[in-house]
Amino acid sequence: MEAGIVSYGAYVPRYRITPEEIGRVWGADGVAMGQGLGVKRKSVPAPDEDTITISTEALRTALVRGRIDPQEIGALYVGSESHPYAVKPTATVVAQAVGATPNLTAADFEFACKAGTAAIQTCLGLVGAGMIRYGVAIGSDTSQGAPGDALEYSASAGGAAFIIGREKVLAKVLHTLSYTTDTPDFWRREGQRYPSHSGRFTGEPAYFRHVTECAHRIMERAGTTPREYAHVVFHQPNGKFPQRVGRQLGFTEEQMRLGLVTPSIGNTYSGAALIGLANVLDSAKPGDRILVVGYGSGAGSDAFDLEATEAIAGYDRSFGRPVQSYLDQGTEIPYAVYAKFRGKIHMGGS
Amino acid sequence: MSIARFWRETPQRYNLGGARCPRCHTVYFPPRSVCPACAQHRQTLGHLEPFQLSGEGSVVSYTVVHDAAEGFEMQVPYILAIVRTVEGPQLTGQVVDVDPNEVAIGMRVRATFRKLREEGKAGVIHYGYKFAPAEEPIRRAEPRGPEEAALVRAGPGTASA
Amino acid sequence: MREVAVLGIGQTRFGELWDRSFREIGIEAGFQALLDAKLSSSDLGALYLGCMASGSLIDQEHIAPLILDYAGLAGHHLPGIRAEGGGASGALALHEGWLAVASGAHDFVVVGGAEKLTDVPDTEANRILSGTADHEWEAVFGATLPALWAMVARRHAHEHGTRREELASVAVQAHAMGAKNPLAHYRNRLTLEQVLQASPVAEPLGMLDCAPLSDGAAAIVLGPMERARRFTDTPIRLSASQVACDTMALHHRRDMTTLDSTVVAAKRAFAQAKRVPADVRVAEIHDAYTISALVALEDLGFVPKGASGPAFARGDFAGGGKLTVNPSGGLKAQGRPPGAVGVVQAVEVVRQLRGDAGDRQVAGAEVGLAQDVGGTGATSVVHLFERVN
Repeated sequence: MEAGIVSYGAYVPRYRITPEEIGRVWGADGVAMGQGLGVKRKSVPAPDEDTITISTEALRTALVRGRIDPQEIGALYVGSESHPYAVKPTATVVAQAVGATPNLTAADFEFACKAGTAAIQTCLGLVGAGMIRYGVAIGSDTSQGAPGDALEYSASAGGAAFIIGREKVLAKVLHTLSYTTDTPDFWRREGQRYPSHSGRFTGEPAYFRHVTECAHRIMERAGTTPREYAHVVFHQPNGKFPQRVGRQLGFTEEQMRLGLVTPSIGNTYSGAALIGLANVLDSAKPGDRILVVGYGSGAGSDAFDLEATEAIAGYDRSFGRPVQSYLDQGTEIPYAVYAKFRGKIHMGGS
Repeated sequence: MSIARFWRETPQRYNLGGARCPRCHTVYFPPRSVCPACAQHRQTLGHLEPFQLSGEGSVVSYTVVHDAAEGFEMQVPYILAIVRTVEGPQLTGQVVDVDPNEVAIGMRVRATFRKLREEGKAGVIHYGYKFAPAEEPIRRAEPRGPEEAALVRAGPGTASA
Repeated sequence: MREVAVLGIGQTRFGELWDRSFREIGIEAGFQALLDAKLSSSDLGALYLGCMASGSLIDQEHIAPLILDYAGLAGHHLPGIRAEGGGASGALALHEGWLAVASGAHDFVVVGGAEKLTDVPDTEANRILSGTADHEWEAVFGATLPALWAMVARRHAHEHGTRREELASVAVQAHAMGAKNPLAHYRNRLTLEQVLQASPVAEPLGMLDCAPLSDGAAAIVLGPMERARRFTDTPIRLSASQVACDTMALHHRRDMTTLDSTVVAAKRAFAQAKRVPADVRVAEIHDAYTISALVALEDLGFVPKGASGPAFARGDFAGGGKLTVNPSGGLKAQGRPPGAVGVVQAVEVVRQLRGDAGDRQVAGAEVGLAQDVGGTGATSVVHLFERVN
């Protein structure tokens, strides 16, 4: 059998903040900002959560659901732009925490918001080549926007873990394809706390061109048209971009519905498209064709043409929470608490 | 706290790796060198076997800490509890993702993986177990086979007992 | 074993002794006790010094020779030995001193206890105190000493219906006692409302449920009873000295609301002295937290399990009853320099048995008890004292 997704798990921290509350602090019309972005609220990590803990929670869920022995994991990659250490891997902590050490290869990936999908492709290669039995690809972030910046209204926290293998595959990867250029739409220089972006340049030449090109090319290779897909998932830096690109490509609201999670939890960066995919897989039926198109600034898109198998009907999701519960639930906090949680308050001292 | 001192406890702090006495089957956390429960406990020296806790348990007692331990100032008020695991051992840890007025003796919890503390802005980050309210319903035991053993190895927050 | 007598007692004022060093207070208490005993330094056999954490608090280990040196005794080359058992360090030193005299190894020894908790910031002092619990499996996860005792209180309330007001009544009584003790850290009286409304530390314990961070020192001179009359008309027999240990971590205890170490040490002590709890008229017990006092009274056998809260709230132990508890003000009001606590408890009991306690004198006290606890009960030490008529 071909390589594909054999299990998955998602995790989103408990706390939420609304654009209205953020706008209130900066003297901006937060409601309008939220509507403009298509974001109703965004998730906020607790002070004791980071990319490592989010990744671990997501992967533990995936391991239990898939009944996979962590010692059978041959590769573990964590894609993020908010690795807690600049030097020292996220992946080693996660591997240790799930009991996957020491017989595996592990590394951290960074490609803005598409590091997680890049990790999936890497695992597909290793599994497909027969080098490993299971590969783990995680996309996870605790992203920050500079205080008051437009990014602050959407940058949030969450992640999803996908286990790639050849046995009991839930979703076959029929095709995968990438589209990569040097396009400086969003970046963070070494030592800088918050990222910078090039405003409107992040739209047309960056997100839209890469996602559209990548989607066209994979459908061309697969010989498919939009109507053959039950679900489509795009990278979703906000609620608006993915809907616009979806409509431009010819997808319907219904095809996009489950894959769009950013309006409820904000932009989880490396986690965004993957949490959307997890939400789709929570409801997918055997035979469902799923198109995923990720995007990472800098810039590139990774696309996946998936098909849910019979195995997904018997997949045991009783451990861990369905993505929908993360979209519906959460504890709202005021900006002051958010600022404390995110370390935005200058504490003095060293 | 020295890195080596924390690092050597990593299997326990990350993953609730305990020990079980091969004679009387009592489970211990953290692991022990001898079994206090065995009458001839000296003969158990060095013979206790690794045993993975599932991370499920219930609150035996708790407190809401306002005067924080050093390094925990940003988390006040935080809930600290003694948890009885389903395998038997009791341990101390924070309870997160619950409001202080919602925690109660007898509440079912499961282990979660969180940051414990940081050695300043430039130092290492210590991770380990905390507890969160258990999701209902928690799956009960499946037949014990190789797969079950695998689940158990996946660590806390994973398998049922 | 020989009968052991207390020949002399001494203590410094307890409190925030900003202008006094560790060695100064240690020597002051020691000389007081030697002068009280009318004992010449040349008669001394050894010094046993209780101290919890001088290394962490004042960067000074190896403190027994330090005190001997500054007491002018370096030239005597006496053995000086430090005892450490967390908050029970002073009581452990007393136990060592008792062993030395009872066994005949030494005739006369000084037992001291001293601590300077204010030479570090409060957060640092609290961190050091939390090290008397299990650092690796309690403190690392955010447990402070008050947080651990708060969990004892919560469980005690759960199992025995102990009320918040009953806990608070322990602090109210302690301060009422402390008000009569000129050497106490706190001499202000408290109302129940003040205790209940104090800022929370670890629920259900508030700021006023917790003993303060204090400096202070205390000392006792021990000698063989057969030679005691040469030094004093009121020798007090140290009739039992017992130490018992238990699991380091609170979560490993058989029963969270019982300090088995205290239960066992008390049973052994009463057996050793051929006494029963009902004989005791005055007791100095470990009340670092209000719950500690409630648990102690039960575990020492003075009241059945679960009965100490109502008894305290009724004022059964406030004087005038069968048993008076902590006439010194206890750790709560007299103060808490951990290494000195176990020794000053003995000092107060001896004062009471001698009839020298002034306006806080417990009438008719013939048998007294001191109970000291390290951490959350990994070590308990129980001593019994008797007036010799």
